[in-house]
Amino acid sequence: MNPPPARSMMPSLILNTATRYLMPLLVTFSIFVLLRGHNLPGGGFIGGLIAAAAFVLYAIAHHVAAARRALPLDPLQLIALGLLTAVSSGILSIVAGEPFMTGLWSHDPWPVLGAPGTPLLFDIGVYLVVLGVALTIVFALAEE
Amino acid sequence: MTLLAVLSPFALAIVAPWLQRRLDRAAGWLLAALPAVLFIGFLNFALRHPAESHVFSWPWIPSLQIQLSFLLDGLSLLFALMITGIGALVLIYSGGYLAGHPHLGRFYVYLLMFMGSMLGVVLSNNVLSLFVFWELTSFSSYLLIGFYHDRQASRAAALQALLVTGAGGLALLAGVILLAFAGGSWELSELLARGDLVRGHPLLHATLVLILLGAFTKSAQFPFHFWLPAAMEAPAPVSTYLHSATMVKAGVYLLARLHPILGAAPRWQLYVGGCGALTMLVGAGLALLQVDIKRQLAYTTVSVLGALTFLLGLGGETAVTGAILYVLVHSLYKGALFLVGGNVDHAVDSRDVTRLRGLRRAMPITFVAALLAGLSMAGLPPFVGFISKELIYEALHAHDLSLLLAAVAVAANGCMFVVALLIGVRIFVGPPAATPREPHEAPPSMWLGPLALASLGLIFGLVPGLIEGRLIAPAVAAVGQLPATPAPHLALWHGFTPMLLLSAVTIAAGLLVFLGWDFLRARLNRLAPLGRLGPARWYEWVLQGVLGFAHLQTRILQSGSLPVYIATLIVVIILLVGGTLLEQVQIVRLANWNDIRFHELCIILTMMMAILTLVTTNSRLTAIAALGVVGYCVSLIFVLFGAPDLAITQFCIETLSVVLFVLVLYKLPRFQVFSRWPTRLAEAAIAVAFGLVVIGLMTLGMESDLGSPISEFYAANSYLQAHGRNIVNVILVDFRGVDTMGEITVLAIGALGVLALLKLRLDRDRPGKESS
Amino acid sequence: MQAVLILTVGILYAAGIYMMMRRSIVKLIIGLGLLGHAANLLIFTAGGLRRGAPAFIDPDQSAAALAQIADPIPQALILTAIVIGFGVQAFSIVLIRRVYQVNGNDDLKHMRSTDELGSNP
Repeated sequence: MNPPPARSMMPSLILNTATRYLMPLLVTFSIFVLLRGHNLPGGGFIGGLIAAAAFVLYAIAHHVAAARRALPLDPLQLIALGLLTAVSSGILSIVAGEPFMTGLWSHDPWPVLGAPGTPLLFDIGVYLVVLGVALTIVFALAEE
Repeated sequence: MTLLAVLSPFALAIVAPWLQRRLDRAAGWLLAALPAVLFIGFLNFALRHPAESHVFSWPWIPSLQIQLSFLLDGLSLLFALMITGIGALVLIYSGGYLAGHPHLGRFYVYLLMFMGSMLGVVLSNNVLSLFVFWELTSFSSYLLIGFYHDRQASRAAALQALLVTGAGGLALLAGVILLAFAGGSWELSELLARGDLVRGHPLLHATLVLILLGAFTKSAQFPFHFWLPAAMEAPAPVSTYLHSATMVKAGVYLLARLHPILGAAPRWQLYVGGCGALTMLVGAGLALLQVDIKRQLAYTTVSVLGALTFLLGLGGETAVTGAILYVLVHSLYKGALFLVGGNVDHAVDSRDVTRLRGLRRAMPITFVAALLAGLSMAGLPPFVGFISKELIYEALHAHDLSLLLAAVAVAANGCMFVVALLIGVRIFVGPPAATPREPHEAPPSMWLGPLALASLGLIFGLVPGLIEGRLIAPAVAAVGQLPATPAPHLALWHGFTPMLLLSAVTIAAGLLVFLGWDFLRARLNRLAPLGRLGPARWYEWVLQGVLGFAHLQTRILQSGSLPVYIATLIVVIILLVGGTLLEQVQIVRLANWNDIRFHELCIILTMMMAILTLVTTNSRLTAIAALGVVGYCVSLIFVLFGAPDLAITQFCIETLSVVLFVLVLYKLPRFQVFSRWPTRLAEAAIAVAFGLVVIGLMTLGMESDLGSPISEFYAANSYLQAHGRNIVNVILVDFRGVDTMGEITVLAIGALGVLALLKLRLDRDRPGKESS
Repeated sequence: MQAVLILTVGILYAAGIYMMMRRSIVKLIIGLGLLGHAANLLIFTAGGLRRGAPAFIDPDQSAAALAQIADPIPQALILTAIVIGFGVQAFSIVLIRRVYQVNGNDDLKHMRSTDELGSNP
């Protein structure tokens, strides 16, 4: 692949600086939305989309290559990891002797999450897939 | 045993190519061991349980009470013996005939597949499994006729055979379904006992015609006979096995099998007897015009199949006995003669009867086989062919129309006599003629088959008792449902009877024609142009008509224009749904007009403005912005009506969509106006009409509130069972989690598709496309 | 409000269909997007409209209060439809971009070589 040009798509000092602080905030917010989704508006789809928006914003302000560097994994790997997480949440139920994808719940409440169960794991899978899909598409188009 | 017998050839077919590669020449001998063992098994069964009927069944589709069941009685045993016995010889023969052919392994696969299917046809007790095996034989016949797939004639002949027998197979399927409904069972063994029920059914005539169509196409009856001579494009072992000894007799088998049920149906005698007599005559006559060994044999096969059909149509104990015996006799001599023809072709690379002479010295063993088989075919004593011919004349003797029928039979048998002498004698005697290749004797694998089959013809003729009680009588009993006592009397000598006179007339006439054959053929060939009006040409017309129609309707339906497709779909929906709506809705009551609040109205109006801009603008950027506005307005509507999840999702997606569009915007074409204004107007009218239909539908739908018990269930159990207060989220990740699983998988595949499309470099191989 | 939304859905459908018949590939995608909105709103409206009553429940909520909340099933359907719609839109955008690149033409009337009989190059 060609070496990425250092220029961003939209050279703007304000945007540049703002996104640097905004992105971690947005990603944190997306995770918050994901985790509270079972009881309040939110969930994997919404969380994933918010996170995707954060990275897309970052890519616009800086560059796609910078956004890729900010990601812990390649978007395709995110998709794979997400699908794996979602499937394994269902398989856990089989291991526990229940039908596939029966919800399993912890009985003791955890500090932030309340009492988590396999549906939360599933939702995390959804989050990762949605994030990965959106970023795969946008990055690929932006790199053309 | 029966299940094993039917399935084992298929299993062997799987490993046949491998065996062929490992063993080369010996493969044919080894593969022949399976049918040989099966032959011995069937023979053992026939000797131990003569004239008994056995049903073996295994559960197949238990929920529909359909069983995989097999019927083993005299009739199926006789056919099974022929299939396995001749099959073994043909496998051995193929190893010699096609030695060194690169696709010999494939050939074995087809042949074994056919063997299993054919055994399935004759052993099936369930009419549906009979049909399935029946179609499998057509299919393997297609593969075998087209074995020389690099020849255009082979491919055309294969397709022709498949289309003709396949079409007949469809008729047969309909026929057996009707039969099963009329008789109240799918099992032949039960149907055989319920003949009255079937014959009393109002659809009896349709059942009969459909089943006969299946049997007639398979057994090459006039006017469907043309595919059989064309099928001679196949290698010699295929012509021997499928197109004379076994497959073409499947139709005859079916007629015999159903004879107890349909034989007493009113038009059976007319259809079956009439068609058979016509075929017998046409086939025999056309055989005389041929000069190619295989085509001569093919037309005589057509004639024999006609005779068999005719006899079964005639009915009565003698006729049925004649038919059953003839099935066996014909398989023996015709199989041998086809193999002899293959030997000759293999040795001298010619099959022209007029050119071949004096092959006796170079091919003595083949000559012996040819002579024995030819004399049996000619119907001369002491061969079994003579007994069989006498029996046919005896059956005719009892009939009202005996004089006419006897004339037909004598004519057909006379022609048969001529062909028999031409192939069995003439090409081998006299001074040797020049041939494309120097003649030489065939290897043992290639003379074993014809010699064995031809010798059996002589042995059975000398000692008819060998087959009479154990094979023929039980088969006749199965067809005629007569007491299984060996009533017929197979013998060479019956004293001076009218039948002997007819035999003498046949031989005399045959000799006369044989001597003058060259002269006669030259005269008759002047009529050849008439052949262009024959059924083969009808087939071509039908085929071309179907193809032409397919082209025509493709051109009309597949215009290739998306606007036309959409317009067609939408107009059809408007007409169908809209028409019904007009009947349903008398007064459209749009209730609660004043229920709207100011901020809601603002949102709706903004949306309308955006849609209007979208439709009319000529700027891509404006259009994309307007689409975004529509999306955000939808998102606001979600917020207002209790769907915060949807609102956030819609909002995020809209943002991402706009980003996407902007990213590719300048790589996309500018807006242009392609259609002229009358088209635009018409399409606008269609679109508006569709909008109205949707409005009408929704209005009507809103009037009937069906309630939603599922929603109530989810609302009641969301917290109790799934520990979540956000019901939408609980539905997504818990109640309907598997659906969501599918959805995210689809998303992942979509992303991969996008990636593949972007990384795909079509233009790399096509320079210049980019610049156009 | 219901009547107004029904009207809106109708207009969205009409505009979507009209845009799809415009032969220009970009307009085709915009039309698809409009159809997506139309379908989502149709399901939403058909599920019954309730102002400001999201589908959340309190453990101690009464049955009467339960009956007042918005129907969650259409919402779950639409949520997935929105996300899938995005996937479809992205795919079609990339597809037409690719087609335009290879073909150099955006008139749908000229993109039918595979549909034409016997026109193998």
